[in-house]
Amino acid sequence: MLYNQPNPLEVKILSRRFGLPNSQSIDTYLANDGYKAFEKALGMSQEEIINEVKASGLRGRGGAGFPTGMKWGFLPRQSPKPKYIMVNADESEPATCKDRLLIEYDPHQLIEGVLIAGLAAGSNQGYVYIRGEYRYLIEIMDRAIDEAYARGYLGDNILGRGLKFHFATHSGAGAYECGEESALLESFEGKRGNPRIRPPFPAVAGAYQCPTVLNNVETFCSVPPIILNGGSYFAGLGTPKNGGTRLFCLSGHINKPGVYELPMGFNLMRMINEIGGGMRGGKKLKAVIPGGSSCPILKADECDLAMDFDTLQAAGSMLGSGGVVVMDEDTCMVKAALRIMRFYAHESCGWCIPCREGTTWLRKLLQRFHDGMGQRSDIVLIGDLSKNMLGRTFCPLGDAAALPTISIVEKFRDEFEAHLDGKPCPYEHASRLVTA
Amino acid sequence: MTFSPELEARFEKFLAKYPADRKRSAMIPMLIYAQDEVGSITDELIEEVAKRVGVTPLQVNEVVGFYSMLHRKGMGKYHVQVCTNISCLLVGGAELYDQACHKLGIGHKEVRPDGWVSLEEVECMGACSWAPAIQVNYDFYHDVTPEQLDKLLDGLLAGKTPEQIDEVRKVN
Repeated sequence: MLYNQPNPLEVKILSRRFGLPNSQSIDTYLANDGYKAFEKALGMSQEEIINEVKASGLRGRGGAGFPTGMKWGFLPRQSPKPKYIMVNADESEPATCKDRLLIEYDPHQLIEGVLIAGLAAGSNQGYVYIRGEYRYLIEIMDRAIDEAYARGYLGDNILGRGLKFHFATHSGAGAYECGEESALLESFEGKRGNPRIRPPFPAVAGAYQCPTVLNNVETFCSVPPIILNGGSYFAGLGTPKNGGTRLFCLSGHINKPGVYELPMGFNLMRMINEIGGGMRGGKKLKAVIPGGSSCPILKADECDLAMDFDTLQAAGSMLGSGGVVVMDEDTCMVKAALRIMRFYAHESCGWCIPCREGTTWLRKLLQRFHDGMGQRSDIVLIGDLSKNMLGRTFCPLGDAAALPTISIVEKFRDEFEAHLDGKPCPYEHASRLVTA
Repeated sequence: MTFSPELEARFEKFLAKYPADRKRSAMIPMLIYAQDEVGSITDELIEEVAKRVGVTPLQVNEVVGFYSMLHRKGMGKYHVQVCTNISCLLVGGAELYDQACHKLGIGHKEVRPDGWVSLEEVECMGACSWAPAIQVNYDFYHDVTPEQLDKLLDGLLAGKTPEQIDEVRKVN
C-alpha cells in the first residue's frame, strides 16, 4: 500500500517499482531490471564505475549535496586495510521521510547500489545503519538480504564469479546526531554518537579507521539507474551540476502532502501548487523550509525558484535532505523557531560547547518569547547567539540549529515584535491558551 | 542472565556480523533488542552485554545514556509516542500530545500505574508527509485524527492490545 497517491508529473526512476505487487521481493526486482546494473558493472573497471557516477552529476542526498563520484574517488583503493561500504539510513532530519520508502518498497535497489559501490571501492563488506525507530524496515531489509544471499548476489562466490561481498543491517537506538557521518561511525562501533574531527574523512579513516564509502540510502539507490542507463542520461534529467531526480517530501499546510520523485530543479511554487495540490483551506502561503529543518527559511515571495543545490544556495538557503515544509499565513514563526530549536537542544550530543550551550540558551530565549515574556533586546541576542555557533563545532548540528533561527529572526522580525510587552501569541486561539 | 532462545539466536547473529575483534559494534543492537524482552536496561543487562562484547559495564552504561530509545526505567507494555516536531506541529501534533496527556493522565516518559500504557513526546520519526503521526512501540500510525487517537487510547485503557482495536490500524 502506498502512503500517498503518485502524481502524473513525477519522473519515476528510483521509485518506479513502488506500488508493484510484492515490490520487496527479489522476484519482482529481477522481473523489473533488477541486478542488471550490477551485472553490467561486473564488466567495468573501478575507474569506469566512478567516472560514470561522476558524469551523472549525482550529489549526496543526505543533505550536504557533495558530488558522489568525487567522494568515491577519494577512497585510497591501494590501501592494504579492508574497505567498508556504509549506508546511512538514520534518516532523522525533521521533515524527511524518503529513505523509509526506498527501503520499504524496494530494498533490493539499495542492495544493488551497495554492491556496485563495493566493486568500485574494492570492498567486500557493507552495513546499513538503520535508525532504531524503523524496526520494521530492519526486518524488511534482513529478508531482502537473505534472499540476495540465497540467489547468489551476496556471499563468498557471487554469481559464481569468485567475488565476495557481505552485507548486514545495524540498528541505531534513537539519536539525530548519528545521522552525521562521523557520529554514525562512532555509534556503529558501539560508542556514544559523538562526531569525530575531520580530516581525516571517512573515505580515508571511516569504520574501524578503515577506508569507507559512506552515503545516504537515496544516493546508493541512484547508482543502479546510473550504471544501467549511463551517467549522462541521469545528468540530463536534472539541471547542470545537479543530476537526476530526487524524492521530495512535502509536508505542512498543503492539500496533498506526500513523497514525490521529481527532477532536480523542479520549481518550488509548482511543487506546492501542482504536486502538493495547493494550500490547505485556500490560505495564503507564508514561508517554506526547503530541505529539512536545518535549512534557512524562504518567505513566500522567495519561493519561485528551481529546487537544486546551487539555486538554493544562491538564494541563501539549502536543498538539504529534500524535506519541504509549507507554512500558511496562520503559522506563528516564533513558535516554529522554538519548536525547531527545542529539537536541536534535545539532539545536541553535548560534545562541542557552542552547540550544547547555544541550543539550550536559544531554546530558553525562544520559549520566553513565545510565552510573551521576551524583551526587545532578546531579538538581537537570539541572532547573536546563533551566529556565534556557526562554524564552531565538530559537526554541522550547530550550524543546523543556527541557520534556520537566524533566517527566521531576520525575515520575520515583525512577528517577534508582536510577542513583546506581555502580549499573548497573536496566533494562539484563546481556547487553547485556557486548556494548555 | 538468561534470555529467550530467540534472543540468544539473534545475539549470535549480531556478533557474527562484525569482524572478530570488533564485537563492540554489536552492543547497541543487542541492548535495544534485549530491552524489548527485558523491559528496560537493567544493571544486570548492562553487565551481561558488557561481558559478551568484551568491554566494562561502565563503557556500556555511558552508551546507554546517549540514546533516547534506551530506557533505564521500564516503559509500558504499549509505549505511545506522539511526534510534535515541525511537520506534525503544523497539522495538530501538539494538540494530539495534549489530548494523550489528558486522556492517559500521565506526561512525558511516564507510565500508567498498571504498566500497560506509557507516553512520550518524541522528535521526528520520519512520517512527515503523513503527519500528524504516532508510533505505538515500533508501529506507525499516519494522518492521525483526534477521534482516532481517542479510540486507540480508549482501547488501550480498556486493556486491549492495538491489534484488538479495529477502528485504528497501523500502516506498516
